[in-house]
Amino acid sequence: MLLQRFLIRLLTMLITLFGVAVVVFVVIRVAPGDPIAMMLPPGATDDDIARLRALYGLDKTIVQQFFIWLSGVVRGDFGTSISLRQDVLGLVFNRLPATLELAIIALIMAVLLGGTTAMLGARERGTAVEAGIDIASGAALSIPDFLWGLVLILLFGVLVPIFDISGRVSPQLDLPFVTQFYFFESLLRLRFDLTWDLLKHMLMPAVALALPLAAIISQLLKQSLKEVLDLDYVVLARVKGFSETQVILREALKNAALPTLTLVGVQFTFLIGGTVIVERLFSYEGLGNMAIDAVINRDLPLIQGIVLVFALLFVLINLTVDMMYALLNPRLRHG
Amino acid sequence: MKINRRELLGYSAAALGVTAIGLPKIARAAAGELTIAYNVNLPSWDPTTGPSAVNPTIQGLYQSVFDQIIPQKPDLSFAPGLLTEWGWNDDRTKVMMTVREGVKWHDGSPFTPEDVVWSLQRAGDEKTGNPIQFVWKNVNNFKIDGNKITGDVVQFDPVYFKWMSFLTGYILPKAYYEKVGAEGFEKAPIGTGPYMVEKFERNAFLRLKANPNYWGTKPAFENVTIKFVTDAASRVAEIESGSSQVTLEIPYEEYDRLIAKDGLAGSIKNVSDIGMIFFNNKDAMLDKNVRQAAVMAVDKELLVKRLLRGYGQPIDTLETPEYAAYDPSIKVEHNPEKAKELLAASGYSTKKPAKFTIQTTKGFKPKDYEMVQAIVGMWRKVGIEAEIEVYEIAKHYELRAAHKLAPAAFYNWGNSIGDPTTSTGFAMFGPSPHSSWKTDDLDAKIGPLWGEKDEAKRIAGWKAVDKYIAEEAYVLPLIQYAQPIVHSKKVNVVQHISGALLPALMTPA
Repeated sequence: MLLQRFLIRLLTMLITLFGVAVVVFVVIRVAPGDPIAMMLPPGATDDDIARLRALYGLDKTIVQQFFIWLSGVVRGDFGTSISLRQDVLGLVFNRLPATLELAIIALIMAVLLGGTTAMLGARERGTAVEAGIDIASGAALSIPDFLWGLVLILLFGVLVPIFDISGRVSPQLDLPFVTQFYFFESLLRLRFDLTWDLLKHMLMPAVALALPLAAIISQLLKQSLKEVLDLDYVVLARVKGFSETQVILREALKNAALPTLTLVGVQFTFLIGGTVIVERLFSYEGLGNMAIDAVINRDLPLIQGIVLVFALLFVLINLTVDMMYALLNPRLRHG
Repeated sequence: MKINRRELLGYSAAALGVTAIGLPKIARAAAGELTIAYNVNLPSWDPTTGPSAVNPTIQGLYQSVFDQIIPQKPDLSFAPGLLTEWGWNDDRTKVMMTVREGVKWHDGSPFTPEDVVWSLQRAGDEKTGNPIQFVWKNVNNFKIDGNKITGDVVQFDPVYFKWMSFLTGYILPKAYYEKVGAEGFEKAPIGTGPYMVEKFERNAFLRLKANPNYWGTKPAFENVTIKFVTDAASRVAEIESGSSQVTLEIPYEEYDRLIAKDGLAGSIKNVSDIGMIFFNNKDAMLDKNVRQAAVMAVDKELLVKRLLRGYGQPIDTLETPEYAAYDPSIKVEHNPEKAKELLAASGYSTKKPAKFTIQTTKGFKPKDYEMVQAIVGMWRKVGIEAEIEVYEIAKHYELRAAHKLAPAAFYNWGNSIGDPTTSTGFAMFGPSPHSSWKTDDLDAKIGPLWGEKDEAKRIAGWKAVDKYIAEEAYVLPLIQYAQPIVHSKKVNVVQHISGALLPALMTPA
């Protein structure tokens, strides 16, 4: 049953990716802004324009261009970036780890912060503590991530300069890394000096991304917990003499967490989308920052490559959440 | 329900653990170190091919590593560099260059006349993909005799040598490039410039080290870190926090605020960028009265004073005071009453306005959209009703290349070599893909000037063209932009009028 479900999801995933590829390919070609017009030298003639068009394959029809590109993608060739003049796939994989690290750290923060405040709010139902958490959640949710970024820059970059405002790592440092997962590799290598430097660069953008998600998790989990806390088996646990904290952690959390898990999966994809603006704000060298440059420069192959990788990430996350939900939910597990 | 201290700590540990860290910031400049928060990324290390080669905003980065064939001083005047002499023979059929001796590439190998010839031939080869090939192809058949180079003129281009200080006018290392190839050069570029590339992280930073063998004045700062900080608010924070000692291109309001702070100073000079409004020869713009009224109605002084906080210089032609064909006698008065009269002569009034669309970017240049809004307000008072259409700069390029701009369109034009061909010429000559106004009368006046061999006559010709354009109101020049640079008081910054921010010109205070 689980295998069948997995295969159906896999097929859906491939269809989704193909759909995304088609839409992106068509949209960025009919959208305003011709990459050739942007790079025309002052004395360009019609011949020069035609030569540039041919060079980048833009002299063919959109359908021809699409299938040429798709046949390349199937072979692992995503084309060459117009502005950076390098292999798109290499560029994307070079930057993806930075974005993933940022997103994962932000997700961990959001889960910890959201989970903690949800449990606290559920435990302190109807008190000033719950009201305070609700107000804080409302504020965190109503302010977008990039604005949180600006606030954090002002607070911890300028007024109390604890963290670094831009970049991923201090330029002066020698980096011994063999992968692009600098943060995780620094932990594995026990190079905590580098870990700290990376954290100093990563914390502000990660917090900016985490706060809105933490608020969502907090509100939903608290609501689920409050519903579960009134159920008979939880009341029984209280009668047995467990403290409220023990009741929440041992009895209520497991059942209340299921709807939150689904939401976290969906929201994680939004969080990854949010990295685009936040990375730009903090000059963080991830895929999002590169995506903005690609759009500004109308770098069609690079935009296509980045969007396809983002889409792949999204469907993988959804697939993972689906599988986890199925594993954790006995009703689904047993068909 | 009560909560005790232990439980509160337990609940909060995870949340606080990741945020309750606070070590004193130590990211301050070490001796001999300079950190610059730069406003754009560096896409590619080859300054002679691809889209990067025609991107004016990154030329300052290139000029730190590579030498231009002929360098420009901060006031845009030309100076000896890798070429100590250059010129034409009397009948303009040959070019002659003298190459500086004793210069070394960053890898220690000697710089030779072969490097110059190879660079010029490569630039002139259509297959290389040099976007300025149309200039470089005009001379070939180079011959080397000692440190002298001669070349045959295929087609005389009066600005051939001026282009050596402009886009793609760089000398690259022949032997090294041929050994490592384009990809290898991208990974480890070398030049003869004041700084050597030590470390480069795309979209993040560039670490430069002073070139110990530099032929010119040795840079004052041994190590320079250039952070690519594309967001203006983040650049402000960088300089305010002390993380960077120099930054540029920030809002004028922030410039004024920052230079008033302890430890910070500023430099703001008019650079070679100009804000202008293209007119397109269609619809209402075909009426000379409408064009002249549109120009006369605009109070440029007020735009500078109110919107740009007094920074910048109103202009009446596409030539700034630093350009070779600048003519201070060409003036277009701000006269709303006369504008009304002109419009009335064509049957227009505030009740029955002339109508057209004006296109503009929003945020591409400081206050571009706000400037257009103000201009539309000024036009409304005299009898012109313009509808604003906002688009991205990419769309502007596309429409301009296809000759499909609206009757009026805002744009920023850069011209760091200050020659009229690269301002009035390419912006107003019909066959140019960058012009918007395309009429035979103007093309007939501009056409002969492209190949004019008598320099005095050529410049006089361009001045006459500028005068004619102003009289006919074929374009609406607005302002010469000022470039704001904020820096620590511990650093002296010399501003380059081309707009290039050059660490080699910076010294400790």
